[in-house]
Amino acid sequence: MDFKSEWKKLFVIAAVFLACFYLPVGSSRFDNAVGESLHLVKWYAREHALLCLVPAFFIAGAISVFVSRASVMKYLGAGANKILAYGVASVSGTVLAVCSCTVLPLFAGIYKMGAGLGPATAFLYSGPAINVLAIILTARILGLELGIARAVGAVLFSVIIGLAMHIIYRKEESQKAQSQMAMPEPLVQRPLWKNALYFASMVGILVFANWARSGDVRAVFLCCPGGLTAYQIEGTLVSRTDAGLKILDTSGKTHEIPAGLVEQVQDVKKNSLYEVIYQFRLFLVILLLTAFAVMVFRWFDRHEIAEWFAATWGFAKQILPLLLAGVLASGFLLGRPDPAHEGVIPVKWINAAVGGNSIWANLFAAVAGAFMYFATLTEVPILQGLLGAGMGKGPALALLLAGPALSLPSMLVLRSVMGTQKTVVFVCLVIVMATISGMIFGAVWG
Amino acid sequence: MKKIQILGTGCPKCKKLTENAESAAKELGVAYEVEKVTDINEIMKFGVMMTPALAVDGQVKSVGKVISPDEIKKMLL
Repeated sequence: MDFKSEWKKLFVIAAVFLACFYLPVGSSRFDNAVGESLHLVKWYAREHALLCLVPAFFIAGAISVFVSRASVMKYLGAGANKILAYGVASVSGTVLAVCSCTVLPLFAGIYKMGAGLGPATAFLYSGPAINVLAIILTARILGLELGIARAVGAVLFSVIIGLAMHIIYRKEESQKAQSQMAMPEPLVQRPLWKNALYFASMVGILVFANWARSGDVRAVFLCCPGGLTAYQIEGTLVSRTDAGLKILDTSGKTHEIPAGLVEQVQDVKKNSLYEVIYQFRLFLVILLLTAFAVMVFRWFDRHEIAEWFAATWGFAKQILPLLLAGVLASGFLLGRPDPAHEGVIPVKWINAAVGGNSIWANLFAAVAGAFMYFATLTEVPILQGLLGAGMGKGPALALLLAGPALSLPSMLVLRSVMGTQKTVVFVCLVIVMATISGMIFGAVWG
Repeated sequence: MKKIQILGTGCPKCKKLTENAESAAKELGVAYEVEKVTDINEIMKFGVMMTPALAVDGQVKSVGKVISPDEIKKMLL
């Protein structure tokens, strides 16, 4: 036996054995956490898989096949207008990086072959936050406010980070690689209005299929005994007794809140437009689907449709296993997103570390996010668990901004591309900016 | 002798592209060698920013997608 090459496997087997040997089955916290994690997976499968994820994959697939990346990249090329380059870099993540997995090579390309360090870091910071899949999933699961805050925060602060990097390193103009950027050309050029209609109808289907009705009441309550963070649920009041409240929320989940934690219950004025759209949502979806089907068959040939399905299927294959693992882990560690359900990690700890909106909570979230590795999109279920366990909204945004943009593995790749010093500066900038955006968001919306 | 280079940082798609390239070259019966370029700085030297990409004799032929053996055959001729 070749011990040199086999010792790793031996180590893994020994570790797995020890984990099994001391498996805490029977301890109520562990058993409960396993249950929580299965509950959470079931809830995702019922609430989010069909209506949200499936359309999102189709949209991502369409962007990756039908949108010309070369036409975006020309604004980020070596001869590009410098001011324009920052603007384009900060928003182009939507088109260029359909999922956060493709951000790093694009960053390296913009840095080495294109518009330089500033726009490249701007792209690196905003890309993972504003790609379509991230926006859709964040808005759907963590709420529209946080979804919008994530996108807006990422775009604004990416420009600041990019400019800061540019100013710090303005003296050293990097040695431009003398290579031409090679970008895939889209299959066929189509007039812009056709593309716009095609994408608009897909987004419309996604939005209306997920339209939730507005609630009658909003309950505000503290997250957990001694908790710092207020937590809100909007929905229909099912019952109210001395023991507590029962509320059916707008996504169809029932929450029970012990009376001791309830801060206040407000009536919510129903938005009539919202209700009308809710009643006609199925009709709208069918209408859009029909229009969409007509467009696809009139404007696209079979080869293109096949490419589009292949890209969609590729994303689904790549992301679904990661997301399933993320949801399981989140449920196990943090429990279902409401204060009555705890995972392995006690809610008290989360409250102490990232509850409220103090500078420490925000900084802690930003630093933790920067070093932690989130596989594509898994930041969403994990954040949802943290929010449910009492994390403040400000720290949540800080983590959302710092998390996917950086991780220990990505720092190592960055180091190989731009050197240790620049990487350290970038990491510090990200942590500072994420902390600041978290504090602002927490102060306004928290 | 054709030199086929697969550019990619080691994703499943890169492996698939490698398989496709090998089967294409075998079917054509040309002499070939396959090189995997995994270092991001080396990949940049080709001008490639979307992986996986395929280069034949140093010329980038396809970027950002997995192409079928039939398509690769045309590139090898």
